[in-house]
Amino acid sequence: MKHTLLQRLIQAVIVLTGVALLTFVMLRIVPGNPIETMMGEHANVETIQRMTAEMGLDQPLHVQFFKYVASAFRGDFGTSYSLGKPVKQLLNSAFANTLTLALFAALFAWIVGIGCGIFSALRKNHLSDRLFMGFSLLGISLPVFMAAMLLQYVFAFRLHWVPISGVDSWKGFILPAIALGWNSAGQVAQMTRTSLLETMQEEYIDTARAKGRGPAGVVVLHALRNAMLPVMTMMTIQLSGLLSGAVITETVFSINGVGRLMVQAISGRDIPLLQGTSLLATAVVIIGSLLADCLYAVLDPRIRKEG
Amino acid sequence: MEQTVLEVKNLTVSFHTEKGVILPVNGVTLTVPAGKIVGVVGESGCGKSMTARAIMGLVKYPGKVTGGKIFLCGKEITQLPEKERRRLRGSEISMIFQEPMTSLNPVVKVGKQVDEAVRLHTPCTRAEAKQKTLNMFREVEIPEPEARYNCYPHQLSGGLRQRVMIAMAMICRPRLLIADEPTTALDVTVEAQILKLLEKLRDAGTSVLLISHNLGVIARTCDEVSVMYAGRIVEHGETAALFEKPLHPYTRGLLRSVASLRAGGETLQTIPGVVPNLLHLPKGCSFSLRCEKCGADCEEKVPELRQIAPGHFARCFLAEKEGKE
Repeated sequence: MKHTLLQRLIQAVIVLTGVALLTFVMLRIVPGNPIETMMGEHANVETIQRMTAEMGLDQPLHVQFFKYVASAFRGDFGTSYSLGKPVKQLLNSAFANTLTLALFAALFAWIVGIGCGIFSALRKNHLSDRLFMGFSLLGISLPVFMAAMLLQYVFAFRLHWVPISGVDSWKGFILPAIALGWNSAGQVAQMTRTSLLETMQEEYIDTARAKGRGPAGVVVLHALRNAMLPVMTMMTIQLSGLLSGAVITETVFSINGVGRLMVQAISGRDIPLLQGTSLLATAVVIIGSLLADCLYAVLDPRIRKEG
Repeated sequence: MEQTVLEVKNLTVSFHTEKGVILPVNGVTLTVPAGKIVGVVGESGCGKSMTARAIMGLVKYPGKVTGGKIFLCGKEITQLPEKERRRLRGSEISMIFQEPMTSLNPVVKVGKQVDEAVRLHTPCTRAEAKQKTLNMFREVEIPEPEARYNCYPHQLSGGLRQRVMIAMAMICRPRLLIADEPTTALDVTVEAQILKLLEKLRDAGTSVLLISHNLGVIARTCDEVSVMYAGRIVEHGETAALFEKPLHPYTRGLLRSVASLRAGGETLQTIPGVVPNLLHLPKGCSFSLRCEKCGADCEEKVPELRQIAPGHFARCFLAEKEGKE
């Protein structure tokens, strides 16, 4: 187990370096000069040259890269061209918002999704099953911006229960979390239902009933833990997706999160910021899948390795 | 001790399908005397597993027990509410399944799974349950019980897993153990060990209902045998008598179709035709379509299970004649 974990950690570092290198190279070989974009059409050639030299963009690519990596290790990701602030500071404040939003959304998705899934499976083909599954299908098929605007219209504009946008208080997170989490909730519900129904057909469920377990005990103690294995994997993948920034939701609800920052960085050809955001997103996904692996090993003894 | 542990009278299980009602178990009558192993033999699909499930009260939807009575130690259990029925499962009647590979929960330690059976029926602490489990592991000859207790199912061999299943089934000292094809998934040497274990349990006082399609297993282990065909018992008798002088043409067909090791290389005999579709059973004897001696009566009327010789029953109009031949 420890051995596997160490292996995965080394892999994580390799992947992270690879992504850093790729984004670094790609951002520099695409046509167009970021300084020109930054200075506007009327800047003269000398100024542009001076700025390019100041920012070290005239140095050979490998020198630039090693400088970047060296300062990144010291926690310095450069200064944003367009916002004029250190990337680290920008990421810090944006990630706090993204993290809160993602956790709210995930919490909603998991509680509602797993709950609906279990309930639907146990009452297969009843009216409640159809209702729940219709609801989850709606979540899966409805585009996020549609869901977001629908929720805004009903709960903020009509009912005034929650603010329409902005996250000045925790209440501001409710609608975006539901809009963002609805899709995941639908997926989780569908998968929980299918997986639980499949598990209930397993022979060890008969064994549990044959030793005198009641229906609730059979589901909770025997079926659920096995049924949740694939759902668990999906949920961690979803979480890392949510954490790496929800561009649309953040835009619709004007939340300053990583997703919005990334869009800003792209449109402004803001190389340090773009590098920072993509590194953060990569790190989050890597940590997420690492976590999924650990969780899986805890839940399923069959994949635990000896030693 | 009562003379009869299990008595099944006219048990019927029906399935409502889109094409109509089928009866996988059609008026089955069975008796398991105390301290005996009774075998039920038949082809796959003849209803033997469904009979076992019905006795356990574990028939799955859309199946339903629609007729007949089941008596456990003289007490009727068919009408009991589900809660009481559940109390019997695992304590008075237990069951082991065909596939030891899949009949244990893969994510729970095997020791814990056996503990669960103890704790469901007897109030005791975790430590006491564990002690009981370890003792039972010793009884079913699981080597190094302490080490095995903490194993997960995938870490054990098929034979060991089936022993764990037997330990789980036997831990509350049930009156009746239903073994549904307990050795089908095992290789022959392990099969022999498991059958020996069943005999040991019988000698210790548990009656066994052994379900198998394997005539060798039945002949070696059982005291009495019932032969099942298309949801009905077609012949019943003491093992020796039944194998020596089979009265029903289906039983004779089964016995003829056992491969022998005799030299000569003769072609293996089979029963012509296939098991009839339960939706379209023949009007008369359900074996009539495949029977070489089928007469006019056989096609018209369903024969009753009649006693032909002492303790030897058959569901065939021609059984007396066969008995004399």
